[in-house]
Amino acid sequence: MLFFSYFKDLVGREVTVELKNDLAIRGTLHSVDQYLNIKLENTRVVDQDNYPHMLSVRNCFIRGSVVRYVQLPPDGVDIELLHDATRREARGG
Amino acid sequence: MNHCNALTSLKPDAVALKKLLVLLRDGRKLLGILRSFDQFANAVLEGACERVIVGDLYCDLPLGLYVIRGENVVLIGELDLEKEELPQHMTRVSAAEIKRAQKAEREATDLKGTMRKRMEFLDLD
Repeated sequence: MLFFSYFKDLVGREVTVELKNDLAIRGTLHSVDQYLNIKLENTRVVDQDNYPHMLSVRNCFIRGSVVRYVQLPPDGVDIELLHDATRREARGG
Repeated sequence: MNHCNALTSLKPDAVALKKLLVLLRDGRKLLGILRSFDQFANAVLEGACERVIVGDLYCDLPLGLYVIRGENVVLIGELDLEKEELPQHMTRVSAAEIKRAQKAEREATDLKGTMRKRMEFLDLD
């Protein structure tokens, strides 16, 4: 539940989601759910030329299971807070 | 009942039925109208077609009513009707021609693979 809460706090920020099939999509985080499925708005594909079928896609739903990375703005993370929360979660379980 | 909240806003309302693009794990691109979904991202696509793209050629193969198992879904995208779905330089061709192009691409990839295998003894990288 930790990362679900963390992503909920990031709603409205610009992120780049890199998928396991190497597709990378930049967009505004619209919503996230318990499976870490992601909905992005105002999307642009990073390497557009290799993905012509994505040209007119501006909003998309991404299944959580296919995400490799979620790239965040440098000021998107309070690293100490996240570190502490993770330690607590690991201890408490 | 657990709901796939992120998907909820993609479900079309009665007035505007949106054409969606579904990317599958095997690389296929399906287009159609989303009629149903659940918490696993299982989906029902009406009037589905598969958009096959080989280089600058493309073809839409009609499929009809499809039920997609959620584990195969990579992405569901909403196509902006005011924008071009594909770049201008791409040409629409017939099913027969796209199948020929797919075969040619497959053979080229296989050839590239065998050539690489033959060069392996050189131990370049």
